[in-house]
Amino acid sequence: MRILLPIISFIGLALVIGAPLVYLVGSLEKDLMKHLMLAGTILWFASVPFWMGKEKA
Amino acid sequence: MSSPKTEYEREPVPPKAQLGFKSFVGQYAGEHTAGTEIMIGPLFVAAGVSAVDLVVGLLIGNLLAVLSWTFMTAPIATRARLTLYYQLEKITGRKFVVLYNLVNGIAFCFLAGSMITVSATALGVWFGFPMPGLNDLYPNSVGWIVAVFAVGTVIAFVAAAGYSTVAKVANYAAPWMVLVFIAFGLVGLKDFLVETSHTVNGLGDVWNLAQTAIWKGGDPLPGQIKFTVWHVMFFAWFCNMAMHIGMSDLSVFRFARKARYGLATATGMYLGHFLAWIAASILFALQLHRDPLHTDVLPGPLAAGACGVTGLVLVIIAGWTTANPTIYRAGLAFQAIIPTVSRFKVTFATGLICAFFGMFPAIAMKLLGFVALYGLALMPMGAVIFCDYWLMRRFGMQPYYAEVSGKGINWAPALAWLVTLAVCLFAVRQGYIGLYFASLPGWFIAAAIYLGLSKILQKQPQTSIA
Repeated sequence: MRILLPIISFIGLALVIGAPLVYLVGSLEKDLMKHLMLAGTILWFASVPFWMGKEKA
Repeated sequence: MSSPKTEYEREPVPPKAQLGFKSFVGQYAGEHTAGTEIMIGPLFVAAGVSAVDLVVGLLIGNLLAVLSWTFMTAPIATRARLTLYYQLEKITGRKFVVLYNLVNGIAFCFLAGSMITVSATALGVWFGFPMPGLNDLYPNSVGWIVAVFAVGTVIAFVAAAGYSTVAKVANYAAPWMVLVFIAFGLVGLKDFLVETSHTVNGLGDVWNLAQTAIWKGGDPLPGQIKFTVWHVMFFAWFCNMAMHIGMSDLSVFRFARKARYGLATATGMYLGHFLAWIAASILFALQLHRDPLHTDVLPGPLAAGACGVTGLVLVIIAGWTTANPTIYRAGLAFQAIIPTVSRFKVTFATGLICAFFGMFPAIAMKLLGFVALYGLALMPMGAVIFCDYWLMRRFGMQPYYAEVSGKGINWAPALAWLVTLAVCLFAVRQGYIGLYFASLPGWFIAAAIYLGLSKILQKQPQTSIA
């Protein structure tokens, strides 16, 4: 779980920045981009409190 | 914005409590990518700035800000290792610090009020009540008043009751916020390309779009002043003047092992005050491109249009997480004046005052001017601290004079502050100098008055402090 949670968080961040990048190059509809960003946001905030700041605990 | 530290308030920070470079990198990156950035970016477009002026002004101005932290604030902080308030008390006397706290606290209230305004614009998207326009001074709908009051009350309660929880949320949100700001820019750029039928084959085409469609220059919007490269540069340099040249961040950098850690502020300046401002201004330029008469600067609708619910969440979280420490700090400043009242009550009442200020859109809509005024108001004390630390002994005078002499108030810094403010505000009012530039000559005026008056007031030689 210690390894999995940060991975989930970073997948979330990747969606948050990746979706608009793909939208910029023209391969993604805007609505889908918004949904992917929201999914990334949920992944980030749902997982990050369980590991950030607790690395040495 | 710096997170409040409650340790070592009246003693130098010991080596065991000192922090490494990374601590400051994260702190400044998070604190300067805040809710107000969504407000400030569009105001540059409203001020009719051109692409060259914006980019050059921000690059140089932010560099000057970083250098100010590195060469003015951090060297004193890492030598004296005292809070701003304690160091001021030694120089100016206890009674003067009370007045300084009052001004500081009120300024923080206005700033937090504008952050609550930003958050409330997100509620407007959901509930559809009328929101204020660019030149509105007063609240324009019951819905707006209710929204600001609701957001403000929640923020005030949380600031009073659970500051540490908010600080945690702010830490969690920081990396995500930076990426959402970058996303604003990417989405705005793409929409501009589509709507202006531009094709991009390289950076040259992007620059061409920036010059011809995004930051076109020309006249500012009605009610705004025209910004040149000098305005942008000085605004970027001085918008955090209270923190660097004004020395508020002595309280932060007293924990730094080395003075060069001041360079860590570059993360906040170039992520928040460069990328985030540019991204937010692209969204507003897009709004004007679609409808030149739609001049309202409303972060909620701007963010929702670009990134949907994620954008709205950012507006709420960015406003909330930055308003909280600001209210907390304002509460601490006021509590120092009335120490018998509990911190909870003072902070909650302060938060409600901030919410009241937040109902008046004039503060947020005139944020560029307010931030410049805020820096100007606190700058003279920075000049006093700088001179006291580096120059007093060289000129044969006693540093920390109030402490050594046992005076409740040292009139040299007090008059340096008041006279400098009076001179600067008079010069601005009479049109001799712009508000955004007045702090530069003001610093030298404050330094000269402080040194000159100290020479007169310190007639008799004092015993030197260790």
